Amino acid sequence: MATKAQSAEVPATTGSEGDGVRRRDFLNVAAVSFAGVGAVAALAPLFVQMAPSADVLALATTEVDISKVQSGQGIKTQWRKQPVFIRNLTPKEIAEANAVPLSDLRDPQTLAERTKPGKANWLITLGVCTHLGCVPLGISEGENKGPYGGYFCPCHGSMYDTAARIRQGPAPKNLEVPEYKFTSPTTVQIG
Amino acid sequence: MSFHWAKAYEPKNSFMRWLDERLPLPRLVYGAIGGGYPVPRNLNYFWNFGVLAGIFLTIQIITGIVLAMHFYATTDGAFNSVNQLIMRDVNAGWLLRYAHMNGASFFFLVTYIHIFRGLYYGSYKAPRELVWMLGLVIYLLMMATGFMGYVLPWGQMSYWGAQVITGFFSAFPLVGEPIRVWLLGGYAPDQAALTRFFSLHYLLPFVIAGVVILHIWALHIPGSGNPTGVDVKSERDTLPFHPFYTAKDGWFAAAMLLAYALVTYFAPDYLGHPDNYIQANPLATPAHIVPEWYFWPFYAILRSFTVDFILPAKLWGVLAMFASILLLFFLPWLDKSPVRSGSYRPVFKRFFWLLVLDVLILGYIGGAPINWWRVALGQAASAYYFIHFLVILPLVSAFEIPLPLPSSISESVLHGETKEAAPLGQNKPRRGSTATAG
Repeated sequence: MATKAQSAEVPATTGSEGDGVRRRDFLNVAAVSFAGVGAVAALAPLFVQMAPSADVLALATTEVDISKVQSGQGIKTQWRKQPVFIRNLTPKEIAEANAVPLSDLRDPQTLAERTKPGKANWLITLGVCTHLGCVPLGISEGENKGPYGGYFCPCHGSMYDTAARIRQGPAPKNLEVPEYKFTSPTTVQIG
Repeated sequence: MSFHWAKAYEPKNSFMRWLDERLPLPRLVYGAIGGGYPVPRNLNYFWNFGVLAGIFLTIQIITGIVLAMHFYATTDGAFNSVNQLIMRDVNAGWLLRYAHMNGASFFFLVTYIHIFRGLYYGSYKAPRELVWMLGLVIYLLMMATGFMGYVLPWGQMSYWGAQVITGFFSAFPLVGEPIRVWLLGGYAPDQAALTRFFSLHYLLPFVIAGVVILHIWALHIPGSGNPTGVDVKSERDTLPFHPFYTAKDGWFAAAMLLAYALVTYFAPDYLGHPDNYIQANPLATPAHIVPEWYFWPFYAILRSFTVDFILPAKLWGVLAMFASILLLFFLPWLDKSPVRSGSYRPVFKRFFWLLVLDVLILGYIGGAPINWWRVALGQAASAYYFIHFLVILPLVSAFEIPLPLPSSISESVLHGETKEAAPLGQNKPRRGSTATAG
């Protein structure tokens, strides 16, 4: 591009000497760049319209009454249109989860890290297999819980233990623990 | 471009002359699929499948446009609009819907035969590399279109297919999950996903039609290949497309449409899955979830990775599945043998049929429920797929001694192989000899 000093020496209309950059080159680059920036800016709405819309995001929290869930039982609920498993673990299931050395785990986490302090029996996870998103079996009575007593995904055979940690199969991660808090001893707010 | 003996278009009446001078459309058609396109005279029936693919694309577009007139793209309306409205209430709706469902299967079937024709006869080799690559682009677009169309009836397989396939993207570290949410417009398949899939399912077939035009355009530069793989040398090697190949394509298309009608009328749901007649339920996954049959080999490759090795198993599966198609783009450079046709390549021919068997095994594994021996067999078959293209093909093309090629197409056709076969360029074509020998 022509600086002030150069344009003083080289006649701006021809510019055939010096660095060989003509005034017209500058105009071409500037015009095309300006149009290019404008075109990219015009793409932005086409891009962001694909992201979750306000009504989808509005479902971001769910309140669940867990007073009726007995020890050893579980319920399936929905949060952001995804299934959530709320499970009331038995003392035996808690002991099984705590007995596993972390070095045996693909995604090492203790049960305590996956539950709230003092509520180690309430295991709340997404019911979405971390492999390709199927709903694992094992939350309802009579479903196949898999060899580790937690969940079994029928799609590609991922097996989770009583802390919903991945133990065998293609899934890379433990079932995700969503953000949640106990708003009362018997009510959980997810999200 | 074409051969210099190609006949130029001559308008038959004053109206066509008037039109041709202003818009040379009749000239274009005549040169592409009329008497003005010379085609090797020795094509076998495997050369019919490109035209068949075009026919099924047309059927899909026509039936699809009509079905879209009756389809509700909403999560609570889609299932009923397909299974109640279209299947029971709309006049002839059942026929159009079954024709569209099975049309997709037949489109893939003829396309697979077309692709394997190309693999056997070396259709991907110079000077037709771009024809091959444009064909692969069509195939990728077909897969995207087929997948999105399968989601639209919003049955259980639709829903969980959408969940699993968009789940592929979540395999990529960091950016994967945001991309998945962005593609779906939510955290799980829902209204946003259904509407955009409908929009794109309507769009993509027209994109396919556009790429088909490029595919044919690129093909007509060197002209069609042929079963000997020997280049066209003179007018004696070719016949005009019309009436010779229009007639052959015409009767064979009728035969294939008969098979299509048999399936559509007498076994319309044979190629589908009963679970897709249950409305989508985001809280329960069907026990055995499988894609449509034409995706089974790729699904088998996806499922073959069960242990982490540097990268997570899930990412390996997804990468391998995409790689299994993308590697076909490099085929013209993986197989460097100057002999195109597999008929003159004794070693290549054996490995070709092994590959066919391998893909059939992958297809079986991808459609069957998982157990230990199927996983092991699927892993072996997946490994062999890649070994075939990345190791065997380059080695075979380097060391194989091909059989002698006929000196021209017309010699091989008119005089029989044994008499005329000779090393390339070693004997002169004997002009004027008759078809008495061989």
